[in-house]
Amino acid sequence: MHTVYPLLLGALLFAIGLYGVLARRNAITVLMAIELLLNAVTINLVAFGSLIRDQFNIGQVFTLFIITIAAAETGLGLAIVLMIFRQRGNADIDGQRQLAEPLGGPADETQPSADAAALPPDAEAGEKAEPTAQALATTEAAR
Amino acid sequence: MSTALAASALSTAAPSYLSPAGVEIAFVLIGLLVLGSGLLVVTVQNLVHAALWLVVCLGGIAGEYLLLGAELVAWVQVLIYVGAIVVLLLFGLVLTRAPIGPTDELDVKYKLPAIVVAAAAAGVLVTVIIDAYRTVWLDPRDAVPQGTNAANGAALFRFWVLPFETLSVLLLAALVGAIVISRRGAESEDDA
Repeated sequence: MHTVYPLLLGALLFAIGLYGVLARRNAITVLMAIELLLNAVTINLVAFGSLIRDQFNIGQVFTLFIITIAAAETGLGLAIVLMIFRQRGNADIDGQRQLAEPLGGPADETQPSADAAALPPDAEAGEKAEPTAQALATTEAAR
Repeated sequence: MSTALAASALSTAAPSYLSPAGVEIAFVLIGLLVLGSGLLVVTVQNLVHAALWLVVCLGGIAGEYLLLGAELVAWVQVLIYVGAIVVLLLFGLVLTRAPIGPTDELDVKYKLPAIVVAAAAAGVLVTVIIDAYRTVWLDPRDAVPQGTNAANGAALFRFWVLPFETLSVLLLAALVGAIVISRRGAESEDDA
């Protein structure tokens, strides 16, 4: 078999995954595109493993490691996405403007991304200033 | 290094382009299936369809592993990716009340930069790979003994024990972290 075939498959799949990571807005589709990226890398590893055939079997062993890491990454990423959805009402990546967790429950933070982008800057600054109750207390004490 | 690879390729009498082997034809066909379904995963406007095309893509990649002689990796791919990770993603779709039907909310507004970056990456990688490996051939039948369970297990527990154990701890930590993150979200919901 020509070595170029599996390597080209890996390269093109990597490009497709790159497009998916950049062009998708929903967090779960971004996770799917990351799976494509990881699989592109593992295709390369398996191809080089069958080309080189060293005694450590490095290509296939590392492929197994990457599959394990992908499982861990997907579980953790999905937990984070679920938490963000519960707190903010949506899981759109480019709608998340605030780094801090919201103070209240999910009820007062369910705003679509368009509204979050259209907020006046002073309102955003006011929200950023009180991310947690402790930070609120420290700012009160500072005043 | 390239001269050594080229010499080893020349010593094994490089096969011709005109009469591809059956494994080569099968590899290219399954590769087209993988690329097409991968493209659908990142472009289709229906979230559930994207997850199901991901099943096709990952299953095709498992077939490619088989054709490359990596038997254990192929079945692990089917078990973990197709069996576990896609199911996890589908659970995520259900739990985030994702739009089930076709929507236009999945993509960013301006896709042109993403297309440019992906095309540039593909162009650079394809050029470099073809330039570097156009005279290198591999025979997947030589790699079949390395892909068996026995060979993989021996390599894993003879040479890679420490990374293996570290990975098990990492997996445990990731799962505990995922549980903690989920629990914390539930508690804040109860408070509110």
